[in-house]
Amino acid sequence: MADLSVNIGGLQMKNPVMTASGTFGYGEEYADFIDISQIGGIIVKGTTLAHREGNPYPRMAETPSGMLNCVGLQNKGVDYFIQNIYPRIKNIQTNMIVNVSGASVDDYVATAEKINELDDIRAIELNISCPNVKQGGMAFGTTCTGAESVVSAVRKAYKKTLIVKLSPNVTNIAEIALAVESAGADSVSLINTLMGMAIDAERMKPVLSTVTGGLSGPCVKPVALRMVWQVSKAVKIPVVGLGGIMNATDAIEFFLAGASAIEIGTANFIDPTVTLKVVAGINDYLDRHGFSSVKEIVGALKI
Amino acid sequence: MKKHIVDLNVVSNEKLGDKHILMKLTSASPLPEMRPGQFAEVRVDNSNTTFLRRPISIHFVDKLKNELWLLIQLVGDGTRKLSTLKEGDVLNLVLPLGNGFSDPQDQQKSLLLVGGGVGIAPLLELGSYLKGKGYQPTFLLGARSGKDLLQMNEFEKIGKVLVTTEDGTLGEKGFVTNHSVLTKEKFDKIYSCGPTPMMKAVAAFASQHSIDCEVSLENKMACGLGACLCCVTETKEGHKCVCSDGPVFNIKDLTWQI
Repeated sequence: MADLSVNIGGLQMKNPVMTASGTFGYGEEYADFIDISQIGGIIVKGTTLAHREGNPYPRMAETPSGMLNCVGLQNKGVDYFIQNIYPRIKNIQTNMIVNVSGASVDDYVATAEKINELDDIRAIELNISCPNVKQGGMAFGTTCTGAESVVSAVRKAYKKTLIVKLSPNVTNIAEIALAVESAGADSVSLINTLMGMAIDAERMKPVLSTVTGGLSGPCVKPVALRMVWQVSKAVKIPVVGLGGIMNATDAIEFFLAGASAIEIGTANFIDPTVTLKVVAGINDYLDRHGFSSVKEIVGALKI
Repeated sequence: MKKHIVDLNVVSNEKLGDKHILMKLTSASPLPEMRPGQFAEVRVDNSNTTFLRRPISIHFVDKLKNELWLLIQLVGDGTRKLSTLKEGDVLNLVLPLGNGFSDPQDQQKSLLLVGGGVGIAPLLELGSYLKGKGYQPTFLLGARSGKDLLQMNEFEKIGKVLVTTEDGTLGEKGFVTNHSVLTKEKFDKIYSCGPTPMMKAVAAFASQHSIDCEVSLENKMACGLGACLCCVTETKEGHKCVCSDGPVFNIKDLTWQI
């Protein structure tokens, strides 16, 4: 049994597998299938300062080896989360991480300040990369100055581990990552969804209500691997890799590219037990290759 | 109700007409407990163009034979792939999902189950369940043509079956909401599943006559568990997931203009 524990910017994790925001609800939705406390971390649904209804239906289009979504950060707001959801999930014996989004810097800061008060939430993932909201979201994540402004403001307000989720919809993701690092982030996670669209030719209409949406699933994995590799070479803070991970082999590829931990997203929809299979599979790989710790394969790609 | 991931064995997979299949599945261990109106997320393996599971409603649970029946309309690559499964093949399902139809209230004795197209699927299990509770459900089933009406012999085993067809080849000519039974008999509760325009017409009738009415909705889904928030529908309390808050909704909670 290899040592699977990792430390992501101060956040100690029993294993390097987390669930991607928006794909695992608040964890409870999957509790019939697996012991969710065995997952390294659960990143809950994107949370904003105020209640958001999200975008109209249809919000999803299946695509070859993936799917597009335009949910648009539907959530009941941070106060509802604190009053109604946090008491239910705070005793789950793993890292519960809140994904925070906003339409303005002030929104992000106000939400992060409230989450900072919750003892059993030890990290936030700052979402500066949602492609499905009109204001804020990805707008902050596509320029260095935008990313820096929101991350440095949140850094002042949030004292625990601050992971910043990056958008792949940029020319040079390493530059954004460097800006985020210098603004005080403890870690970066990447990639959020790639902007895409689907068209119904018979009806001559877009499939999604918002025309464009975010692409996820195994179809984005090569792009995600490339970006994790570029970013991990550029920054000193730990990188969390995600994008199309369906099994342990995919996860190993991300570690080799430079990720210190990974997130599983869309795969949860196809196999609700996939997270723990990946944990077991990482251990098998390490044993088989004679590694004693997952840390030994981070960035171990032979070129 | 606890959700399970199960591998079930195909007992038979029969083509019904050219657009539907009736798949019967079984397991060595007892099938999980399910409510009428709930559904399963069915994994489609070995398909290059489909990726997500397919939400398929529970058509019937044969408790004596430990069989689960799925009535599936062949729509795209995923369902066509399911139609190629043979006896002995294994199908992976997550079930039971969603809320299911609710039991009639004490004063609700006379029950009408209105279905159209493949939407008749959950009504067989619902009818069977209600019969088991001592009710005598009436089915009102609609289709374009007589040949499109599926599983009629199974419905007839459970209760009175009334039919409308658009071309008049079977039963009364017209839509389900034109059927004469609606003017002759008084119903206390209506359950409906079928194409949205049909369910809206049924809902309008129910609303005009102050009859309690539940409808089972269909939307494109990803997780089926209420986690991804893709399959929402408008309700008076905002967006709700068809997969986990539904698929069955009382029409008084929806925002339908009826």
